[in-house]
Amino acid sequence: MIWQFDLILLIFVVIMAIAALQVRDLISAAVIFGSFSFLMCLLYAGMGAVDVAFTEAAVGAGVSTVFVLAMALHTTRRTKD
Amino acid sequence: MKFIALLVAVFTGAILMYAELDFPAWGDPQSPASTHLSPHYITQGFEETAAPNLVTSVLADYRSYDTMFETGVVLVAALAIMLILRRPWRNSIPGEGEEDSDDVVANDVVANDGAAPGDTRGGIATKSGAKAVSITTTLVSGASSDDSIIVRTACRLLIPVMQLFALYVLAHGHQSPGGGFQAGVILGASLILLALAYDLKTALRRFSEKRTMMVAVMGVLLYVGIGFLCLPLGGNFLDYSVWSNILPVSPVMARYHGMLWIEVGVTLAVMAVMFSIYVDLSSRGRLDEGL
Repeated sequence: MIWQFDLILLIFVVIMAIAALQVRDLISAAVIFGSFSFLMCLLYAGMGAVDVAFTEAAVGAGVSTVFVLAMALHTTRRTKD
Repeated sequence: MKFIALLVAVFTGAILMYAELDFPAWGDPQSPASTHLSPHYITQGFEETAAPNLVTSVLADYRSYDTMFETGVVLVAALAIMLILRRPWRNSIPGEGEEDSDDVVANDVVANDGAAPGDTRGGIATKSGAKAVSITTTLVSGASSDDSIIVRTACRLLIPVMQLFALYVLAHGHQSPGGGFQAGVILGASLILLALAYDLKTALRRFSEKRTMMVAVMGVLLYVGIGFLCLPLGGNFLDYSVWSNILPVSPVMARYHGMLWIEVGVTLAVMAVMFSIYVDLSSRGRLDEGL
Protein backbone atom coordinates (compact mmCIF):
# COMPACT_ATOMS: atom_id res chain seq x y z
CA MET A 1 0.00 0.00 0.00
CA ILE A 2 1.19 3.52 -0.80
CA TRP A 3 2.27 4.99 2.52
CA GLN A 4 1.21 8.58 1.70
CA PHE A 5 -2.34 7.42 1.02
CA ASP A 6 -2.21 5.32 4.18
CA LEU A 7 -1.08 8.32 6.21
CA ILE A 8 -3.86 10.57 4.88
CA LEU A 9 -6.45 7.89 5.68
CA LEU A 10 -5.10 7.35 9.21
CA ILE A 11 -5.10 11.11 9.91
CA PHE A 12 -8.70 11.32 8.74
CA VAL A 13 -9.65 8.32 10.89
CA VAL A 14 -8.27 10.10 13.98
CA ILE A 15 -10.02 13.34 13.02
CA MET A 16 -13.32 11.51 12.56
CA ALA A 17 -12.95 9.72 15.90
CA ILE A 18 -12.32 12.97 17.76
CA ALA A 19 -15.09 14.77 15.88
CA ALA A 20 -17.61 12.03 16.69
CA LEU A 21 -16.81 12.44 20.38
CA GLN A 22 -16.79 16.23 20.35
CA VAL A 23 -19.91 17.00 18.36
CA ARG A 24 -23.02 17.75 20.42
CA ASP A 25 -25.63 16.65 17.94
CA LEU A 26 -26.08 12.87 18.06
CA ILE A 27 -27.35 12.76 14.47
CA SER A 28 -24.11 14.37 13.30
CA ALA A 29 -22.17 11.93 15.48
CA ALA A 30 -23.93 9.03 13.78
CA VAL A 31 -23.07 10.36 10.32
CA ILE A 32 -19.46 10.97 11.37
CA PHE A 33 -19.31 7.39 12.63
CA GLY A 34 -20.50 6.30 9.21
CA SER A 35 -17.66 8.14 7.51
CA PHE A 36 -15.25 6.72 10.11
CA SER A 37 -16.39 3.23 9.14
CA PHE A 38 -15.96 4.04 5.49
CA LEU A 39 -12.38 5.21 6.05
CA MET A 40 -11.69 2.01 7.99
CA CYS A 41 -13.15 0.11 5.04
CA LEU A 42 -10.66 1.84 2.74
CA LEU A 43 -7.83 0.94 5.11
CA TYR A 44 -8.88 -2.73 5.19
CA ALA A 45 -9.11 -2.75 1.41
CA GLY A 46 -5.61 -1.30 1.25
CA MET A 47 -4.33 -4.11 3.46
CA GLY A 48 -5.79 -6.64 1.04
CA ALA A 49 -8.58 -7.83 3.34
CA VAL A 50 -11.31 -7.22 0.78
CA ASP A 51 -13.91 -9.38 2.50
CA VAL A 52 -13.47 -7.50 5.76
CA ALA A 53 -13.64 -4.19 3.88
CA PHE A 54 -16.86 -5.31 2.20
CA THR A 55 -18.41 -6.21 5.54
CA GLU A 56 -17.25 -2.96 7.10
CA ALA A 57 -18.78 -0.94 4.26
CA ALA A 58 -22.08 -2.80 4.45
CA VAL A 59 -22.45 -3.10 8.22
CA GLY A 60 -20.38 -0.26 9.66
CA ALA A 61 -21.06 2.49 7.17
CA GLY A 62 -24.51 1.34 6.10
CA VAL A 63 -26.77 -0.47 8.49
CA SER A 64 -25.30 0.48 11.86
CA THR A 65 -25.51 4.17 10.93
CA VAL A 66 -29.21 3.71 10.33
CA PHE A 67 -29.57 1.92 13.68
CA VAL A 68 -27.77 4.69 15.57
CA LEU A 69 -29.84 7.31 13.72
CA ALA A 70 -33.04 5.51 14.68
CA MET A 71 -31.98 5.43 18.31
CA ALA A 72 -30.92 9.10 18.31
CA LEU A 73 -34.21 10.20 16.77
CA HIS A 74 -36.19 8.33 19.39
CA THR A 75 -34.19 9.31 22.45
CA THR A 76 -32.41 12.65 22.86
CA ARG A 77 -30.98 14.44 19.91
CA ARG A 78 -28.47 16.46 21.96
CA THR A 79 -25.92 14.90 24.24
CA LYS A 80 -25.52 16.18 27.77
CA ASP A 81 -21.72 16.10 28.05
CA MET B 1 -13.91 13.40 37.12
CA LYS B 2 -13.39 14.07 33.45
CA PHE B 3 -9.67 14.51 34.07
CA ILE B 4 -9.46 11.12 35.78
CA ALA B 5 -11.29 9.50 32.86
CA LEU B 6 -8.85 11.09 30.43
CA LEU B 7 -5.94 9.89 32.54
CA VAL B 8 -7.28 6.33 32.58
CA ALA B 9 -7.87 6.39 28.83
CA VAL B 10 -4.38 7.70 28.06
CA PHE B 11 -2.78 5.21 30.46
CA THR B 12 -4.67 2.25 28.95
CA GLY B 13 -3.82 3.41 25.46
CA ALA B 14 -0.13 3.68 26.37
CA ILE B 15 -0.12 0.16 27.81
CA LEU B 16 -1.86 -1.20 24.71
CA MET B 17 0.66 0.53 22.45
CA TYR B 18 3.51 -0.86 24.54
CA ALA B 19 2.04 -4.37 24.32
CA GLU B 20 1.59 -3.95 20.60
CA LEU B 21 5.36 -3.73 20.20
CA ASP B 22 5.58 -7.44 20.99
CA PHE B 23 3.25 -8.39 18.13
CA PRO B 24 4.81 -9.78 14.97
CA ALA B 25 5.11 -7.23 12.18
CA TRP B 26 2.16 -6.85 9.84
CA GLY B 27 2.26 -9.48 7.10
CA ASP B 28 5.28 -11.22 8.63
CA PRO B 29 5.54 -14.72 7.06
CA GLN B 30 7.53 -15.95 10.10
CA SER B 31 4.85 -15.09 12.66
CA PRO B 32 3.29 -18.06 14.52
CA ALA B 33 -0.11 -17.50 12.93
CA SER B 34 1.42 -17.67 9.46
CA THR B 35 3.58 -20.76 10.04
CA HIS B 36 1.20 -23.03 11.94
CA LEU B 37 -2.01 -23.59 9.95
CA SER B 38 -2.14 -20.99 7.21
CA PRO B 39 0.21 -22.81 4.80
CA HIS B 40 -2.16 -25.75 4.73
CA TYR B 41 -5.13 -23.54 3.83
CA ILE B 42 -3.13 -21.63 1.24
CA THR B 43 -1.63 -24.66 -0.48
CA GLN B 44 -4.46 -27.20 -0.04
CA GLY B 45 -7.54 -24.99 0.21
CA PHE B 46 -8.35 -24.95 -3.48
CA GLU B 47 -7.76 -28.69 -3.92
CA GLU B 48 -9.95 -29.55 -0.94
CA THR B 49 -12.90 -27.21 -1.48
CA ALA B 50 -12.65 -25.95 -5.10
CA ALA B 51 -13.32 -22.41 -3.86
CA PRO B 52 -10.83 -19.82 -5.21
CA ASN B 53 -11.74 -17.33 -2.48
CA LEU B 54 -9.83 -18.61 0.51
CA VAL B 55 -11.78 -16.46 2.95
CA THR B 56 -15.04 -18.16 2.06
CA SER B 57 -13.60 -21.66 2.33
CA VAL B 58 -12.05 -20.92 5.73
CA LEU B 59 -15.17 -19.17 6.98
CA ALA B 60 -17.76 -21.62 5.71
CA ASP B 61 -15.88 -24.89 5.72
CA TYR B 62 -12.76 -25.09 7.88
CA ARG B 63 -14.17 -22.75 10.51
CA SER B 64 -17.80 -23.56 9.93
CA TYR B 65 -18.54 -24.33 13.57
CA ASP B 66 -17.51 -20.77 14.46
CA THR B 67 -19.65 -19.23 11.73
CA MET B 68 -22.65 -21.29 12.78
CA PHE B 69 -22.60 -19.84 16.26
CA GLU B 70 -21.97 -16.35 14.87
CA THR B 71 -25.23 -16.71 12.98
CA GLY B 72 -26.84 -17.89 16.19
CA VAL B 73 -25.49 -14.88 18.05
CA VAL B 74 -26.96 -12.55 15.41
CA LEU B 75 -30.33 -14.25 15.85
CA VAL B 76 -30.11 -13.96 19.63
CA ALA B 77 -29.32 -10.25 19.26
CA ALA B 78 -32.51 -9.70 17.28
CA LEU B 79 -34.50 -11.73 19.81
CA ALA B 80 -33.03 -9.76 22.71
CA ILE B 81 -33.86 -6.40 21.10
CA MET B 82 -37.36 -7.64 20.39
CA LEU B 83 -37.72 -8.89 23.97
CA ILE B 84 -36.67 -5.51 25.38
CA LEU B 85 -38.58 -3.20 23.03
CA ARG B 86 -41.68 -5.07 21.90
CA ARG B 87 -44.65 -4.68 24.19
CA PRO B 88 -47.58 -5.90 22.13
CA TRP B 89 -49.83 -6.24 25.17
CA ARG B 90 -49.31 -2.62 26.21
CA ASN B 91 -50.82 0.06 24.00
CA SER B 92 -48.96 3.09 25.28
CA ILE B 93 -45.60 3.25 26.97
CA PRO B 94 -45.53 5.18 30.28
CA GLY B 95 -44.19 8.71 30.01
CA GLU B 96 -45.43 9.19 26.48
CA GLY B 97 -49.00 10.15 27.21
CA GLU B 98 -48.50 13.70 25.93
CA GLU B 99 -47.54 12.51 22.47
CA ASP B 100 -50.52 10.22 22.26
CA SER B 101 -52.95 13.01 23.15
CA ASP B 102 -51.28 15.17 20.48
CA ASP B 103 -51.94 12.44 17.95
CA VAL B 104 -55.60 12.32 18.91
CA VAL B 105 -55.93 16.09 18.52
CA ALA B 106 -54.30 15.97 15.10
CA ASN B 107 -56.61 13.19 14.04
CA ASP B 108 -59.60 15.19 15.17
CA VAL B 109 -58.48 18.13 13.06
CA VAL B 110 -58.08 15.87 10.06
CA ALA B 111 -61.50 14.38 10.66
CA ASN B 112 -63.10 17.80 10.87
CA ASP B 113 -61.46 18.76 7.60
CA GLY B 114 -62.64 15.57 5.95
CA ALA B 115 -66.13 15.43 7.40
CA ALA B 116 -69.07 17.40 6.11
CA PRO B 117 -69.36 20.97 7.49
CA GLY B 118 -71.65 21.39 10.44
CA ASP B 119 -71.03 17.83 11.57
CA THR B 120 -71.09 17.98 15.38
CA ARG B 121 -71.22 14.39 16.45
CA GLY B 122 -69.53 12.88 19.50
CA GLY B 123 -65.87 12.12 19.96
CA ILE B 124 -66.17 8.43 19.12
CA ALA B 125 -67.76 9.10 15.76
CA THR B 126 -65.08 11.70 15.01
CA LYS B 127 -62.36 9.23 15.85
CA SER B 128 -63.81 6.57 13.58
CA GLY B 129 -64.08 9.23 10.88
CA ALA B 130 -60.41 10.03 11.39
CA LYS B 131 -59.55 6.38 11.01
CA ALA B 132 -61.58 6.13 7.81
CA VAL B 133 -59.91 9.25 6.38
CA SER B 134 -56.42 8.02 7.21
CA ILE B 135 -57.13 4.61 5.71
CA THR B 136 -58.38 6.25 2.52
CA THR B 137 -55.26 8.43 2.38
CA THR B 138 -53.06 5.39 2.81
CA LEU B 139 -54.87 3.49 0.12
CA VAL B 140 -54.74 6.36 -2.35
CA SER B 141 -51.17 7.47 -1.94
CA GLY B 142 -49.66 4.20 -0.77
CA ALA B 143 -47.65 6.02 1.88
CA SER B 144 -47.93 8.89 4.28
CA SER B 145 -48.45 12.23 2.64
CA ASP B 146 -45.19 13.94 3.64
CA ASP B 147 -43.00 11.65 1.54
CA SER B 148 -41.05 12.99 -1.37
CA ILE B 149 -41.90 11.45 -4.72
CA ILE B 150 -38.27 11.83 -5.80
CA VAL B 151 -37.02 9.77 -2.89
CA ARG B 152 -39.67 7.15 -3.42
CA THR B 153 -39.02 6.82 -7.14
CA ALA B 154 -35.26 6.64 -6.61
CA CYS B 155 -35.70 3.92 -4.01
CA ARG B 156 -38.07 2.04 -6.27
CA LEU B 157 -35.29 1.96 -8.86
CA LEU B 158 -32.55 1.23 -6.34
CA ILE B 159 -34.10 -1.57 -4.27
CA PRO B 160 -34.34 -4.21 -7.04
CA VAL B 161 -30.76 -3.48 -8.11
CA MET B 162 -29.60 -3.85 -4.50
CA GLN B 163 -31.38 -7.16 -4.12
CA LEU B 164 -29.99 -8.46 -7.40
CA PHE B 165 -26.51 -7.38 -6.34
CA ALA B 166 -26.99 -9.16 -3.00
CA LEU B 167 -27.87 -12.37 -4.82
CA TYR B 168 -24.74 -11.95 -6.94
CA VAL B 169 -22.63 -11.39 -3.80
CA LEU B 170 -24.12 -14.55 -2.30
CA ALA B 171 -23.74 -16.74 -5.36
CA HIS B 172 -20.33 -15.40 -6.33
CA GLY B 173 -18.91 -15.49 -2.81
CA HIS B 174 -16.76 -18.50 -3.63
CA GLN B 175 -14.99 -16.72 -6.46
CA SER B 176 -14.83 -13.10 -5.33
CA PRO B 177 -15.10 -11.12 -2.10
CA GLY B 178 -18.48 -11.46 -0.51
CA GLY B 179 -20.56 -14.25 0.87
CA GLY B 180 -23.56 -14.92 3.01
CA PHE B 181 -23.10 -12.26 5.63
CA GLN B 182 -22.54 -9.38 3.20
CA ALA B 183 -25.40 -10.53 0.98
CA GLY B 184 -27.68 -10.71 3.99
CA VAL B 185 -26.74 -7.22 5.10
CA ILE B 186 -27.37 -5.80 1.62
CA LEU B 187 -30.76 -7.55 1.42
CA GLY B 188 -31.64 -6.26 4.88
CA ALA B 189 -30.54 -2.78 3.87
CA SER B 190 -32.83 -2.89 0.85
CA LEU B 191 -35.76 -3.68 3.13
CA ILE B 192 -34.69 -0.90 5.50
CA LEU B 193 -34.52 1.47 2.53
CA LEU B 194 -38.07 0.52 1.64
CA ALA B 195 -39.16 1.28 5.19
CA LEU B 196 -37.31 4.61 5.15
CA ALA B 197 -38.54 5.81 1.76
CA TYR B 198 -42.14 4.76 2.26
CA ASP B 199 -43.11 4.05 5.83
CA LEU B 200 -42.84 1.15 8.18
CA LYS B 201 -46.35 -0.13 7.43
CA THR B 202 -45.58 -0.48 3.72
CA ALA B 203 -42.45 -2.47 4.47
CA LEU B 204 -44.22 -4.62 7.04
CA ARG B 205 -46.99 -5.36 4.56
CA ARG B 206 -44.35 -6.85 2.28
CA PHE B 207 -42.39 -8.57 5.03
CA SER B 208 -44.36 -8.93 8.22
CA GLU B 209 -42.82 -9.40 11.63
CA LYS B 210 -43.92 -13.01 11.84
CA ARG B 211 -42.41 -13.77 8.46
CA THR B 212 -39.21 -11.94 9.42
CA MET B 213 -38.66 -14.09 12.46
CA MET B 214 -39.60 -17.25 10.58
CA VAL B 215 -37.03 -16.47 7.90
CA ALA B 216 -34.38 -15.72 10.53
CA VAL B 217 -34.96 -18.99 12.35
CA MET B 218 -35.19 -20.88 9.05
CA GLY B 219 -31.79 -19.53 8.01
CA VAL B 220 -30.12 -20.75 11.20
CA LEU B 221 -32.02 -24.03 10.92
CA LEU B 222 -30.83 -24.52 7.33
CA TYR B 223 -27.25 -24.06 8.48
CA VAL B 224 -27.56 -26.40 11.46
CA GLY B 225 -29.63 -28.89 9.47
CA ILE B 226 -27.04 -29.24 6.73
CA GLY B 227 -24.45 -29.75 9.45
CA PHE B 228 -26.52 -32.34 11.26
CA LEU B 229 -27.41 -34.30 8.16
CA CYS B 230 -23.70 -34.98 7.71
CA LEU B 231 -23.85 -37.21 10.80
CA PRO B 232 -26.23 -39.91 9.46
CA LEU B 233 -24.31 -39.81 6.16
CA GLY B 234 -21.22 -41.00 7.99
CA GLY B 235 -19.21 -37.83 8.50
CA ASN B 236 -18.46 -35.41 11.25
CA PHE B 237 -20.72 -32.48 12.14
CA LEU B 238 -20.54 -29.90 9.28
CA ASP B 239 -18.31 -32.17 7.16
CA TYR B 240 -20.06 -31.53 3.86
CA SER B 241 -17.88 -33.90 1.84
CA VAL B 242 -20.05 -36.86 2.90
CA TRP B 243 -22.92 -35.41 0.88
CA SER B 244 -21.21 -37.02 -2.11
CA ASN B 245 -22.53 -40.37 -0.81
CA ILE B 246 -26.07 -39.49 -1.89
CA LEU B 247 -25.51 -36.69 -4.42
CA PRO B 248 -23.89 -37.26 -7.81
CA VAL B 249 -20.88 -35.04 -7.09
CA SER B 250 -17.31 -35.57 -5.99
CA PRO B 251 -16.45 -34.98 -2.29
CA VAL B 252 -14.66 -31.74 -3.24
CA MET B 253 -17.68 -30.38 -5.08
CA ALA B 254 -19.90 -31.57 -2.22
CA ARG B 255 -17.94 -29.28 0.09
CA TYR B 256 -18.27 -26.48 -2.46
CA HIS B 257 -22.04 -26.84 -2.65
CA GLY B 258 -22.37 -27.38 1.09
CA MET B 259 -20.63 -24.05 1.61
CA LEU B 260 -23.04 -22.40 -0.83
CA TRP B 261 -26.08 -23.73 1.02
CA ILE B 262 -24.93 -22.72 4.45
CA GLU B 263 -24.19 -19.28 2.97
CA VAL B 264 -27.82 -19.19 1.86
CA GLY B 265 -28.79 -19.93 5.45
CA VAL B 266 -26.56 -17.14 6.74
CA THR B 267 -28.04 -14.74 4.18
CA LEU B 268 -31.62 -15.49 5.20
CA ALA B 269 -30.83 -15.18 8.90
CA VAL B 270 -28.84 -11.95 8.60
CA MET B 271 -31.35 -10.30 6.27
CA ALA B 272 -34.27 -11.01 8.57
CA VAL B 273 -32.30 -10.05 11.67
CA MET B 274 -31.21 -6.67 10.23
CA PHE B 275 -34.77 -5.85 9.24
CA SER B 276 -36.15 -7.01 12.58
CA ILE B 277 -33.67 -4.88 14.54
CA TYR B 278 -34.48 -1.84 12.39
CA VAL B 279 -38.22 -2.34 12.79
CA ASP B 280 -37.97 -2.60 16.56
CA LEU B 281 -35.56 0.31 16.98
CA SER B 282 -37.25 2.75 14.63
CA SER B 283 -40.74 2.34 16.03
CA ARG B 284 -39.82 1.86 19.70
CA GLY B 285 -41.20 -1.66 19.42
CA ARG B 286 -44.68 -0.47 18.48
CA LEU B 287 -44.47 -1.20 14.74
CA ASP B 288 -46.58 1.84 13.93
CA GLU B 289 -44.83 4.77 12.33
CA GLY B 290 -41.14 4.21 11.92
CA LEU B 291 -38.84 7.12 11.21
